[in-house]
Amino acid sequence: MNNRLINWFKFASPQSFYPLAGKMIPWFWALAAVFGVVGLWISFFAAPTDAQQGEGYRIIFLHVPASWMSMFIYLVMAAWAGLGLTLNTRLSGMMAQALAPTGALMAFLSLWTGALWGKPMWGAWWVWDARLTSELILFFLYIGFIALQAAIDDPRRADKAGAILALVGVVNIPIIYFSVKWWNTLHQGASVSLTRSPSMAQTMLWGMLVMALCFWMYSIAVALMRVRAIILERETHTEWVKELDEVKR
Amino acid sequence: MSALLAIVRRDLLLAMRRKSEVLTALFFFIIVVSLFPLGIGPEPQLLKKIAPGVLWVAALLATMLSLNRLFATDHADGTLEQLVLSPTPLGLLVAGKIAAHWLTSGLPLVLLAPVLGLQFDLEASALGVLVGALLLGTPLLSLIGAIGAALTLGVRGGGVLLSLLVLPLYIPALIFGAGAVEAHISGLGAGGHLSLLAALLALAAFFAPWATTAALRIALE
Repeated sequence: MNNRLINWFKFASPQSFYPLAGKMIPWFWALAAVFGVVGLWISFFAAPTDAQQGEGYRIIFLHVPASWMSMFIYLVMAAWAGLGLTLNTRLSGMMAQALAPTGALMAFLSLWTGALWGKPMWGAWWVWDARLTSELILFFLYIGFIALQAAIDDPRRADKAGAILALVGVVNIPIIYFSVKWWNTLHQGASVSLTRSPSMAQTMLWGMLVMALCFWMYSIAVALMRVRAIILERETHTEWVKELDEVKR
Repeated sequence: MSALLAIVRRDLLLAMRRKSEVLTALFFFIIVVSLFPLGIGPEPQLLKKIAPGVLWVAALLATMLSLNRLFATDHADGTLEQLVLSPTPLGLLVAGKIAAHWLTSGLPLVLLAPVLGLQFDLEASALGVLVGALLLGTPLLSLIGAIGAALTLGVRGGGVLLSLLVLPLYIPALIFGAGAVEAHISGLGAGGHLSLLAALLALAAFFAPWATTAALRIALE
């Protein structure tokens, strides 16, 4: 039985994961490019103009995937962090560290494109809507994670401290989300709700899904590239890194 | 249990011997609250409306100021290592330290808040709700803050980093705490907000000492 399965734990060591990641990166880039071209074609040419919102609505093809990714990456990051704390694997911490900047970028993109969408639709760059506010707080959580890791010199301690912060953050995200939501209904601030979406045309939904796939592939490719850089940085003292072609040169 | 009481007693004694640290945070609270009317203008209606939010934000910031000291001095003189090595569970000792932190930084804020609330023309019943909300909320601030303090122990630029980590996590406490007073003023009743605040406190009282302990062990490793 055992010899038929791939031994996945083999790739938990940076030494064997480094070449594997190197082999996977071009594939994910290619997939990202394919999905990106198809998704952008659907969103710019195939999707019909919205009756109420005109052409301006097309920003949601970037906005919605970015928001999804920003939330999902935090979960993945926390999962890696938890894995690193329980199994004490070095690679898990590196993965969490590699994912954080991409997650922060997605949260920022989501806020930015949201502002661009809000100005023509609501007449304001920013409203204190529950979703906008919790996305902003998520962005703060990413920044806190990155800042904590950057401030600690010992990489192992940085990983573990970051892991605890990510787990505390993941417990808090639902609490923060609901508190912001109830705060918003108490104040009755924004009269326009993001949740009341007009019944969406099928092509629009497809465009969004394909763009989401593109964002997925991009995030994976970038995270793998970053984790390769982190591995090289942390393992410079080892023999196998010195043997690598790209290091020798 | 006796170890927990001993820790509380020791930290209170230390705070009494160095009164200036406790008083500085307290006066910071008073000054921040007094700055708002100067910045916004003296209209009573407006001030009454923003009073709960201002008092709560000032309480968050004042708690932040004192969080640094929670473990830093013990870390510097080696007491913390002795606590980790002691046969008593570290979580219990940490809970004692958090309780002492609340008694020296949270409780004075609670007692002072009604006086400052008077400056903002809050009526007596609203002041009562404010004190109740702060009584439930400030221990929560100490508990969550302790996690941040343990994570940033002995780290470069710890103070600023601590606020970056902890302030986003304080948002629910701020919303429900200030919301309780506002709901009371607008006639909705503060019960729901206070119950949620109490629920958060119960949750944090269980998990926060545990997470703080894990963070401390990492910092000392």
